[in-house]
Amino acid sequence: MLEKAFLGGRKYWILLVIFGGIIGLGFIMWLYQFRVGLGITGMSRDVSWGFYIGQFTYLVGVAAAGVMVVLPYYLHHYKAFGRITILAEFMAVGAVSMCLLFILVDLGNPVRALNVLLHPSPNSVLFWDMIVLNGYLFLNILIGWNVLSAERKGSPPPNWIKPFIYLSIPWAISIHTVTAYLYAGLPGRHFWLTAIMAPRFLASAFCAGPALLILLCLIVRKTTRFDPGKEQIQTLGSIVTYALILNVFFFLCELFTVFYSQIPGHIDHFHYLFFGHEGHGNLIVLMWLAFALMTAAIILLVVPVTRRNEGILTVACVLTVIGTWIDKGFGLVVGGFVPNPLHQYTEYWPTVPEALITLAVWATGFLIISVLYKVATTVKVEVGAG
Amino acid sequence: MGVNRRKFLKIAGISTLGAAAKPAADALAMNPIEWLDKKLGGFTVPETLLHFFHKPAGFTPGEALTAKRWVMVVNVRQIDEEIAEACMEVCHRIHNVPHIKNPKHEIKWIWDEHYKHALPGQHHEHIDEALKKAPFLVLCNHCENPACVRVCPTKATFKRKHDGIVLMDMHRCIGCRFCMAACPFGARSFNWIIPWPREGAGTMPRFRKDKEPPNPEFPTRVKGVVEKCNFCAERLAKGQIPACVETCQELCKEKGREPALVFGDLEDPDSEVRQLLRSHHTLRRKPELGTNPNVYYIV
Amino acid sequence: MYDGGKIITGVIIGLVFMTFPIWYTSGRAAKKPDIKLPVKEKQCVEPKEYMRVKHMQLLDLWRDSVVRVAQRSYVAFNGVKYDMSLQNTCISADCHAKKTEFCDQCHNYTGVVPYCWDCHIEPKEEPAEKPQAEEKH
Repeated sequence: MLEKAFLGGRKYWILLVIFGGIIGLGFIMWLYQFRVGLGITGMSRDVSWGFYIGQFTYLVGVAAAGVMVVLPYYLHHYKAFGRITILAEFMAVGAVSMCLLFILVDLGNPVRALNVLLHPSPNSVLFWDMIVLNGYLFLNILIGWNVLSAERKGSPPPNWIKPFIYLSIPWAISIHTVTAYLYAGLPGRHFWLTAIMAPRFLASAFCAGPALLILLCLIVRKTTRFDPGKEQIQTLGSIVTYALILNVFFFLCELFTVFYSQIPGHIDHFHYLFFGHEGHGNLIVLMWLAFALMTAAIILLVVPVTRRNEGILTVACVLTVIGTWIDKGFGLVVGGFVPNPLHQYTEYWPTVPEALITLAVWATGFLIISVLYKVATTVKVEVGAG
Repeated sequence: MGVNRRKFLKIAGISTLGAAAKPAADALAMNPIEWLDKKLGGFTVPETLLHFFHKPAGFTPGEALTAKRWVMVVNVRQIDEEIAEACMEVCHRIHNVPHIKNPKHEIKWIWDEHYKHALPGQHHEHIDEALKKAPFLVLCNHCENPACVRVCPTKATFKRKHDGIVLMDMHRCIGCRFCMAACPFGARSFNWIIPWPREGAGTMPRFRKDKEPPNPEFPTRVKGVVEKCNFCAERLAKGQIPACVETCQELCKEKGREPALVFGDLEDPDSEVRQLLRSHHTLRRKPELGTNPNVYYIV
Repeated sequence: MYDGGKIITGVIIGLVFMTFPIWYTSGRAAKKPDIKLPVKEKQCVEPKEYMRVKHMQLLDLWRDSVVRVAQRSYVAFNGVKYDMSLQNTCISADCHAKKTEFCDQCHNYTGVVPYCWDCHIEPKEEPAEKPQAEEKH
């Protein structure tokens, strides 16, 4: 089946070459980082995680969102989603690959990464995150590939794959829950020390992921002979709507507790993010922008007329993806570190090499997604689903 | 006294292969991870296996200073700029802590803060001016319940069982910096850049001339690992108290002050630290977080 | 055979790549290790045969023992106690004084690159090499 990946047109190859170029540039930058140290990034003693871990966190959400398609199809027999489960699964494969790469580029000593296996430490949430992420990657490749080959042969998926499919549903929830626990269990970081962190993560995942999937579906429809379907996109749109509202609601819950209780340790981080502190305010504009975008998206999505218009839906999805990306891929990580545990303000902004490495990891993920989508859509067209 | 090889193997055999009945009963009193940890005697499974198949690990040298729980008491009002400076200097010199000017990449084992940063919850504007401006020495608290140890995915940072010191195994650290996010005291530093640049990569790499580590007996480290105060574990092994305490006490004696840093065993009721804790009101940094810090402050 | 030509070409290119190190270095044998043994000490912590085969395991053991459980004294086969330390016992002025004349000899010959000395400090070696190093600048 993989041979389909090599049977693309000119545009397909140009796209791959562009991704390849970005990856190459980022790889050179990574070699530079590998040689000189993580000091080439904007991270510091006080803000010890930055862009890389932010992207990782965001993309775990995107990966987990695959379940929003798999669950209605397999548990509620919502037949329409049968057309796009493969797209959701392959998007998850790309997203998890990016997550693993982001962890790897963030390590100070990547050559020692296997120490995590050599000295397994069940105390550490990172240890569990390693297990659930790799497990999720494995599950999605296994399920996606087998179901697609069955479809190609015109037979139903093999029975032995069923348990794996059912397993993948709670597993998807687990990857983002465990990722939230990376943050939510640290005693000195009040910004993250909140029980609603995991629900918030899941809510933002289930709007950002499906929104991205809608965009991918529209691209697939435009560039291939396979149409993911109007109904499918509309249902995804409803999912985005609910999840996005939940995401903002959870955030408001957080705001209430923080601002009504007025406990300094909690309030300081929010104050820094949205209003700045004595001249420190790198993120003010971005944070307001994030919530403006999400609010605008909610309005466009809630009103039936605008949601049903695919053009406007596309805009709403773009707003959702960018808004949640700023909120989670940037504000969430940096906000937790400023101020530091000694109440000092050190700011963070990514450097150019850091941004290029980040971009290269994204390009790797999208390269994987492009290749897998090429295979999936070709098979779909072959069996007459187009 | 040394454990001879045969005896070691016997102990190792029993504890590793594990007679099921007795340990299971013991296990009820503690969680499985603690139980396993106890069985492995401070090592992890791979090391224990290595020891089992090879040779005994050795023993603690006779001259070593030992305690059940090492703690430090800092008498803030006895410390002036000069004493603070001397403590920081000696610590960073004997541990080859690189001097990095960029505050973002700085590495600190012990350093001076202001009261309002060291004890943010305790600060108010009417505090004695002298105290406000006094150099407030902060370092790793060697918590009894350390969050950094809990989050480490490789056990590169761990609490030494016999005396409670929280240590870094810089051979093992992968540089994920989870411990830095977990530490509520900002006590951990990451090597963002190469701390001790080497000259050339030929057969005989020596340090760059302007970057010669000051103490040839203590190792340096590679970039990409986390480090922090080790309560001078290497000096305790030789029967010496931590360098900052030693230097500080000498200086205080010269100046005719009470010792500003005192180090001792919390479990020994007659120790100097216990006497100080009895006779003075002491504070700890962020005790409400439940990490149970082992550095006490007399203000 | 389909695409026979392509396959054979591929196999040939593969073989050339695989054997590259052999024919590229042929006729130029690497210098054999020439180990200088310490002057002051006659006996290593363990018998020579053991050390030759197991020195990595021994050092691993020492490392874990010192770093993790503070057991720093090592009793050798003959009952002599040693301080478990690479840079203060093994490669020190009192024993193997020059890393280049001991460790490096075999490691270079076999192409092994241990990273012990990325952190640990080897004893200074003053003579001969120094002027060369300065010329480079």
